[in-house]
Amino acid sequence: MADTGLKASRLISELELQGVSHVVTLPDSETSGMYKAIQGSESISLVPVSREGEAIPIAAGLWATGKNGVVIIQNSGLYESGDALRGLAIGVALPIVMFIGYRGYTRHGDTPDSSARLLEPYLHLFRVPYYVLETGQDIDRIAMAFEEARRTHMPVAVLVGAEYDDEEIDAA
Amino acid sequence: MITYKDAVEVIQREREDAVAVVTMTQAKYWNQVSEHPELDIGISNGMSKASSVGLGIALGEPDRNVYVLDSDGSLLMNLGSLVTVASAAPTNFFHFLFQNDVYAVTGGQPVPGAGRTNFETLAEGSGYRHTRSYDDIESFATDWAELSKLEGPVMIVLAVEAELQPAGIEQTWESNARMPAALRSVRKALDSTYVPE
Repeated sequence: MADTGLKASRLISELELQGVSHVVTLPDSETSGMYKAIQGSESISLVPVSREGEAIPIAAGLWATGKNGVVIIQNSGLYESGDALRGLAIGVALPIVMFIGYRGYTRHGDTPDSSARLLEPYLHLFRVPYYVLETGQDIDRIAMAFEEARRTHMPVAVLVGAEYDDEEIDAA
Repeated sequence: MITYKDAVEVIQREREDAVAVVTMTQAKYWNQVSEHPELDIGISNGMSKASSVGLGIALGEPDRNVYVLDSDGSLLMNLGSLVTVASAAPTNFFHFLFQNDVYAVTGGQPVPGAGRTNFETLAEGSGYRHTRSYDDIESFATDWAELSKLEGPVMIVLAVEAELQPAGIEQTWESNARMPAALRSVRKALDSTYVPE
């Protein structure tokens, strides 16, 4: 795996800095490092779901109590979550940040993986703004995403287009 | 067989300050008896997601009960949520399943598994702490005060008489606006720091 400098521990530190209380998630390859790191967090609770479509409604319920939940799912799971995104994020003006594993992302242009090809058009269709994380230098995009969600009272996506350094994950 | 009206009247008796997440036909009757409309969220624009929204509230507000008034057709679209709820195991989670075996809003077509599927068994097998089923209001009314003190997740299946709506439900801007308003009403009641946007 190429060292992108994108460390799970830094990602989790950013979530803690943003006051995230819960991570609602179904594990995937692109974000599995975050899953492990969250298990070591003292301030963030993990809420595993059986299917991705449950994640946004659970986060909406958490928001109604004053908690700050984020969703971490793969792009394929975001497609499955379409009606939840429509009705329980956009439809209720939920200021939620969704971390989406960018399965199939290559940085080299076209990709044979339709899950990657359709992700950004899908977000455009739903008019959901997004930021892309490729390297550790992009970490400031996380704070931007939270700020935008708070300012617009609408969902914002962070697309995780790189895997993590496993050593850093273990140390997180 | 139980009527929606009787069922919600019994449930309301033990409610105290519980948050209620309500969907489909029972919402009409719940709205007539609810003594805390500020703590009600009607899932009017996201069929199947009542159990998931309720789980989020239960996890975020663990010292307050959450009542989810769900339907068989809705839960079938989000059946995995039974396992998700059981896995999270919130002790304050009460799941009422209004089972009428049909899609009442769309004309009464049978739901998959009508007359065959046992939702109490599904909840029990998923890992709910307590499960019950009732097809008469007297038995439910007699047991409910005791059941309401149990540790959740609790599943209570109520066999109800279907009330068909042949004309369907008219979705309007007004009806779609109720859900975001209800979510904010609950937030205002539960979070003293909340400043409405």
